[in-house]
Amino acid sequence: MEFNLSEEQAMLRDSVRAMAKQEILPFAAAIDEAGAFPWDQVNRMSELGLMGIAVPEKWGGSGMDNVSYALAAEEVSAACASCGVIMSVNNSLAGDPIRRFGTDEQKERWLKPLARGEIMGAYGLSEPGTGSDAAAQKTTAVRDGDGWVINGAKNFITNGAEAKVIVAFAMGEPDKGVKGINAYLIPADTAGYSVAKNEDKLGIKGSSTSQIHFDEVRVGPEALLGNPGDGFKIAMTTLDGGRIGIAAQALGIARQAFEEARDYSLERSSFGRPISKHQAIQFKLADMATEIDAARLLIWRAALLKDQGESYGQAAAMAKLYASEMSQRVTNQALQVYGGYGYCKDYPAERHLRDARITEIYEGTSEIQRIVIARGVLADS
Amino acid sequence: MNLGLSETQTILRESTRRFSKERLAPFAHAREQNHCISHATIKELGDLGLLGVNLPEALGGAELGAVSYALALREVAKGDASVAVTMAVTNMVGEVIQHFGTPEQQKGHIPKLTSGEYFGGAFALSEPSAGSDAGSLKTTARRDGDSWVINGEKLWITTGDQAGVIVVWARTGEPGPRGISCFLVSCDAPGLTAGKPEEKMGLRASHTVALSFVDVRVPSSSMLGKEGEGFKIAMRALDGGRIGISAQALGIAGAAMDEVRSYALERKQFGKTLDQFQAIQFKLADMATELEAGWLLTLRAASLKESGKQFSREAAMAKVFATEAANRAVREAVQIFGGYGYIEEFPVARHYRDCRVTQIYEGTSEVQRIVIGREVCKDSGF
Repeated sequence: MEFNLSEEQAMLRDSVRAMAKQEILPFAAAIDEAGAFPWDQVNRMSELGLMGIAVPEKWGGSGMDNVSYALAAEEVSAACASCGVIMSVNNSLAGDPIRRFGTDEQKERWLKPLARGEIMGAYGLSEPGTGSDAAAQKTTAVRDGDGWVINGAKNFITNGAEAKVIVAFAMGEPDKGVKGINAYLIPADTAGYSVAKNEDKLGIKGSSTSQIHFDEVRVGPEALLGNPGDGFKIAMTTLDGGRIGIAAQALGIARQAFEEARDYSLERSSFGRPISKHQAIQFKLADMATEIDAARLLIWRAALLKDQGESYGQAAAMAKLYASEMSQRVTNQALQVYGGYGYCKDYPAERHLRDARITEIYEGTSEIQRIVIARGVLADS
Repeated sequence: MNLGLSETQTILRESTRRFSKERLAPFAHAREQNHCISHATIKELGDLGLLGVNLPEALGGAELGAVSYALALREVAKGDASVAVTMAVTNMVGEVIQHFGTPEQQKGHIPKLTSGEYFGGAFALSEPSAGSDAGSLKTTARRDGDSWVINGEKLWITTGDQAGVIVVWARTGEPGPRGISCFLVSCDAPGLTAGKPEEKMGLRASHTVALSFVDVRVPSSSMLGKEGEGFKIAMRALDGGRIGISAQALGIAGAAMDEVRSYALERKQFGKTLDQFQAIQFKLADMATELEAGWLLTLRAASLKESGKQFSREAAMAKVFATEAANRAVREAVQIFGGYGYIEEFPVARHYRDCRVTQIYEGTSEVQRIVIGREVCKDSGF
């Protein structure tokens, strides 16, 4: 048993940390304030190969493992949570299903530019009336010659406004239920594809969240990902991997909030001594640090299982559930350490709290994670 | 990174699991009722190598490392938490003698600890007025020719009336942590008397006693480590001990988890089994997730210890997290059992009672947080 990082993993972490600290962190407040997609920072991440970390080099990626992916996602998210989710979606939700289920032609056309960061990708599963209950897809795909005509709306699509391609799910054969769902790679410039609305959000304001409409969108056979009926399986296995990324994002946000609060507690005095000397503050810091470490270990375990080709759905659900709820607690306590200053925008504490909140919701709410975990626990019996 | 078990570790876990299931769990209730663990059970632990998991073979240990120790202790605790604490303290005493003792001290005591010839070892640090604040202890040791004379009172000493050897901390110098030294005292030393075992909320088969030292004379050769080194020895031993208590807590909670899962699959209310209700599912999900996180923290601390690295902070994190997660889990387990959880017919009530002390002994949760808080502030650039 060995909890250490390999030399390669440690090098990646250190180089991403250094880049993120210098080239992303200083802009995080402005990115949040402007609510604009951080192209400069995304381009730097692309140059470093962070948009396809676990994608083989042959397909434009960095050819590293999922532990490395988690490390990079933590570092980027510590600097800027918006950049963290942009990176995570390109890696896990757009790139990974194409790597796993795509044909060589699809990989050539989409995976390469996604992994290199030349284009952004998106993942279209949620709908206005279909969130956690993803099997109840209302978007339809009707056979039309050798292709399909797709109609419907996708909701809360990260990178939706920038994406050049979306991995979208639609009901092809409603009488087959879950097994009637298909997955498609739909180019954003297809006629009938439109970005209907960009959401204004509580946090991760630099990342776009859009509603995408498909109005008589006609796609050919080359757009189908996997086989007809594979859609739901593709959606779920993709989310398993995505959860590692979001857990790492939650972890990065929490770590940053913790470190800032700790440093503040050493400088700020009350009742004649630094507040770090008060047990009320010490104990918060101790709990924050402990829970951060616990989350990181759960994340590494899930990533490692994925790297070893073992089943990791339950481990990823545990990592996501724990890390996201931990992140909400930690960012909340970090803000508390700052007192009134924490509530004001002069300090990043309030942004961390807002940014962390989404991690309990997207890529499977905490409630969905608990359903997944409980199913596994009961099956062990 | 490699989170898998080695073949040896897997074998140890499986054999300990079998032993715990067949030899410990079925008699845990009886042991508790009788307030007693038989010496034969201790010897069985010895035969399996469980009393010196991380001690050298030359001294009768199994020499399997700190990770194996955590694995084995968790399995034993699933069967009987009282046996587990006896095992934990005996391993801790063996390790502290191995780490700080002279070859004579090692040869004199460790083989008797690891074989189970001794009922176990005891660790006498706490006093009536010195618990978390161990550095303020009042027991004294006065030099008298070639011996030391110990006077004072110790409290909450696990196995204190049964152990073959007791590690005793006493003040030999200035006030505060630097004036403390450590001694190995035989259980039959004249002047040493043990009080009646305390009546406790849990761990009822394990004895917890007060020890009274009235002019207890021990030879100079019984000092463990150097004069004034006692506090350092205690802290080092407790760092390792915390890994054990984390594993114990997780074992207790693991047993509760297994029982509650089976119960949820069988028990019917409103026309369906409990596992069909999200209220119950979500409790199980939280319990499993937190116990897994606690286990990873415990293994990380053990793995660092095994590779000879610093592990104080990590052991403190493991202990506070694992014991608190385990206590939440056993509380929820009682809740899922409902009224049946509150009666002693099912073991879950015992698990709940047994688990509570893990947040108190070998450093309370509050002491762990002080350790962690101090450490994380050191990381800062300030």
